[in-house]
Order: sequence, then structure tokens, then C-alpha cells
Amino acid sequence: MENIESRSYSIRKIKEQLFLGITFCAAILAVIPLFAVIFYILWRGFSSLNFAFFTQLPAPVGESRSGMANAIVGSMIIVGLGTLLSLPVGIFSGIWLAEWGKGKTGFLVRFVVDVMSGFPTIVFGIFSYILFVLTMRRFSALAGGFALALIMLPYITRTTEEMVKMVPQTLRESALALGLPEWKVLLFVVLRTAWNGVFTGIMLAVARAAGETAPLLFTAFNNNYWNFRLDQPMASMTVQIYNYAISPFADWNRMAWAGSLVLVFFILLITIVVRSFSKRVSYG
Amino acid sequence: MIKGDTIFRKISFVLALSIPLLFCGLFFVVLWESRLALKTFGFSFFFRSAWDPIKGDYGVLPFIYGTFVSSLLALVIAVPLGLGCAIYLAEVTTTKFKEWLATMVDLLAAVPSVVYGLWGIFVLGPIFGFSLMNAGVLLAIMILPTITSVSREVLQAVPESLRESARALGATRWETVRLAVLPPAASGIIGAIILGLGRAMGETMAVTMVIGNRPEISLNLFAPAYSLSAVIANEFAEAVSDLNYSVMVEVGLTLLFLSLVVNGLARFLVWKTSSQGRIQ
Repeated sequence: MENIESRSYSIRKIKEQLFLGITFCAAILAVIPLFAVIFYILWRGFSSLNFAFFTQLPAPVGESRSGMANAIVGSMIIVGLGTLLSLPVGIFSGIWLAEWGKGKTGFLVRFVVDVMSGFPTIVFGIFSYILFVLTMRRFSALAGGFALALIMLPYITRTTEEMVKMVPQTLRESALALGLPEWKVLLFVVLRTAWNGVFTGIMLAVARAAGETAPLLFTAFNNNYWNFRLDQPMASMTVQIYNYAISPFADWNRMAWAGSLVLVFFILLITIVVRSFSKRVSYG
Repeated sequence: MIKGDTIFRKISFVLALSIPLLFCGLFFVVLWESRLALKTFGFSFFFRSAWDPIKGDYGVLPFIYGTFVSSLLALVIAVPLGLGCAIYLAEVTTTKFKEWLATMVDLLAAVPSVVYGLWGIFVLGPIFGFSLMNAGVLLAIMILPTITSVSREVLQAVPESLRESARALGATRWETVRLAVLPPAASGIIGAIILGLGRAMGETMAVTMVIGNRPEISLNLFAPAYSLSAVIANEFAEAVSDLNYSVMVEVGLTLLFLSLVVNGLARFLVWKTSSQGRIQ
């Protein structure tokens, strides 16, 4: 009897050890790709990166002074436009959801926002193509910005909602008791208190949008020259990286690595800074 | 009621309502623009494998096949890893290492898909060729963070009292997880997996760059294939005729519909378990 019990006990112990070992291995295996990708980008990117990359326009194959200066600026303009378009809608919708969104309409809005955040981003590109490119009869930065705005909207809306909900009720009540109208309380007391968190959400949405390629392919398209007009095709880093990546020329492949290094650096920088910043956010 | 309040409330209501309206608008516009293809091919569009822009003969079966097979491959690889990682993070470790690991997994999600595609071309390409397998492995890496972080959230929503009861009965950590944590978390974890499936199905750039872009159905996982999103990325802007354009929009509609079904299901499952967890 005692023998059997100790045997079942040791089997349980072995199972426990197996469980710990397997989950630990899974956790390690899950982060290996990140290091593989980062390491490879650093290795290939640094050897291809030079000063001209930040100052020059894309050059034909074989010319050494080639860069992505217009694409870097283009990405900033398109992402900036996307932010401008999605910000008011996202923030007001977030406030509405947090304050008055308990009923069926609120549920509907929340559900649509959640579903939209999982949509294939290229579909937003098609939508924007139909709305802007077909009617204006040309590719434009505006169409690209609109597509990115649709991608950013769910993030900004949900973060705003969550952050506004976390602001203590007592704060609202104190402000109301001072005789402030509700809209002033919401904008200048509640939203201001929640602002750090909201800003985190906005920056994460910006980081996400900056890495998008698919919705820009046939909206902002691409441009080998400087362009600051919103109704004209505009270069972006991601589309430029894509074009260089699938080209058969080693020179252009190197440009793709350099571009990836710069892009990943900025995106990870935003993500890490914002994440460490948001941990310090407190409400009380 | 003060006038400013009414105005503020109305503005935010209209803006909040604009999101479902945009959503409906998107559906309507996409449906409208694909009417020519819908009329020409009807339902057979989804069950035929023809892709001939010159003759004007189209069917999307090879793309649906490529989308599903590459995404399922990704699940086969990513689910055991992601789930294992989530259980490790939520149930096993409590150290500083946990925070670090969770951050690393989240950072994996922040890398743009075009960069994964570039990596796939030059690192996975020599190993797997440009094939379903290459796309599957790359997608697995890309959906790993989704599966891990959502399952982790679901596991954390399981009430602590269930764990404590199991431990009080003398259960080991494995037994606690198997008997007390996984059963109530099951549908949420399935939701997380389906959410990962949705991500994989909608992923465009990385797949376009490594799948080989050939509209053929081959059972060989190392053969080139094509996916719904990849064909849009490659051919949408280069439509040669009205019918071609309309067909491309219908490919988008197909993708939209598949993703709506998959995402809706996943959201429902995750939402169901995490709200149950909160009530208990």
C-alpha cells in the first residue's frame, strides 16, 4: 500500500516537473523569434546604414548616394494626418462610451470598435481607395491618412473609454459641486486626469500605424521625389521598404534592411517609452 | 440642463455613432463596388480556381485555400508555444523575469509586418523556399503575441479562490492548472486562438512577400501558393478592366466576411469568459 502511494506521489512529482519544464521552454521559445528578428535587422541594417540614407532621395540601382529622406518625411505626414483625423472621433467616442454608453447603442459601438480592430488592414485600403482615389482620380497622401485613421480609431476609442472610466467618481462630484457645467468637468477635469493614459493609447496607435504597409499600397502609393501636397502620391517608409525588399538587386535589398532598422528603432522606442511611462500612471 | 452640456453630449453621441456608420458604409461601398463580379460569377466565384485576367475568368478558391492553410499552419505552431508561455506567465512564475518576458512578447507584436516579410525572405526563404510553409512559420511568429497575451488575460480572470481550493486539497501546480484553471478558462482560450486565426488570415505584407504568389492548389506545403490578402496587395492597383477591378473588390469582400465571422466569434468567447470571471 505504502509502495503504491509513494509511486503515485513520485509520478505526480514527475508530471509537475514536466509541466514546469514544458511551460518554461514554451516561454523561452516564444521570445527567440524576437531576438532572431532584432539581431538580424541590427546586423544587416547597420552595415547598410549611412548618412545619405537620411538626406538623399531614392536613387537608381548602382548609385551609392541613395536614401529614404522623402519616405521618412512622408511617413510622418501620413501618420500625422491619420492621427489628426482619428483623434477627435476617438476621444469623443471614448468619453461617450465611458459616460453614457451603458445601453444597447453603447454595446453596439463597443462591439463594432472591437471587430474593426481585428479587420485585415488592407480592407481599409480598399475602402479609402474607393472613397478618395476613385473620386479624385489619383493616389494621394490624404487617402493614405484616411486608411490609417480607420486603423487607429479603435485603439484610441477603447483606451480613452478605459482611462476615463478609471477616473474616480469623487473627482467628478467635487468638480460638479463647485458649479462647473458637466462638459467642462469632462473635458478639463476628467479627460485631463486621464490624459496620461489616453496619450499612451494614442502613441501606441501611432506606432502601429507607422508600421502599416498594406493600406498604403494603393492609397498613398509611392513617390520617388519630394512631395508635401496631400492630394498627391506620397512615399512612406513601409512601402519603400516593401519595394526594395522584393527587388532582385542586392543594393536595394540593403536599403530595405537599413529602412527596417530605422523603422523598427522608432517603433520599439515609442512602444518601450510609452509602456514604461504608462506603468507610472496613477489615479487617485 | 445647461446648454453646453446638451451640445457636448450631442457631439460625442454623433461621433460615437459615426463609428458603426463608417462600418456600415464600408460594407455597403465594398458590396456595391463588387456588384459586377457578384452578378457575373455568382456563388461559383468561391468554388472555382481560375485566374485569367485576359479572358476575364475568375475564381478565388486557390486564395481561400492559401489563406486557410497558411493560417492553420501558423496555429499549429503558435498555439502550443503561446499557450505554454501564457500558462508560464500567469500560473508559474512570479518573478521580475515575468515582467521582462511579457514585455518581450508584446514587443514582438510591435514589429511591422513588412519587416517580418523582409526577414522571411532572407532568413526563412533559404530554408523553406517561397511556400505555404514559409508563410505559416512567419505567421506563427506574428500571432504568438496575440495568443499569449489574450490567453494570459483570460487565465488571470479565473478567480483566485478556485486556485486556492485546489491547492488546499493538495494539488500540485500542474493539477491546479488542469483541474481548476483550464476548465473555466477554456472557452476564453479558444477565443484567443480564434483571434490569432483572424490575425493570421488578415495579415497581408508578410504573407505576400513569402508565400510565392502562385494561384494553384497544391497539397505540398513546400509549394508556392497565394492568399486573399496577397492577391489584393499585388493586383488591386493594376486591374486591367472594370470586371477585374470588381473582382478584386470582391476578393476584399470575401476577406472581410471571413474575418468578421472569425473575429466576431473570438470576441464573443473572450468576452463571455472574462465577464463570467468577474461575476464570480
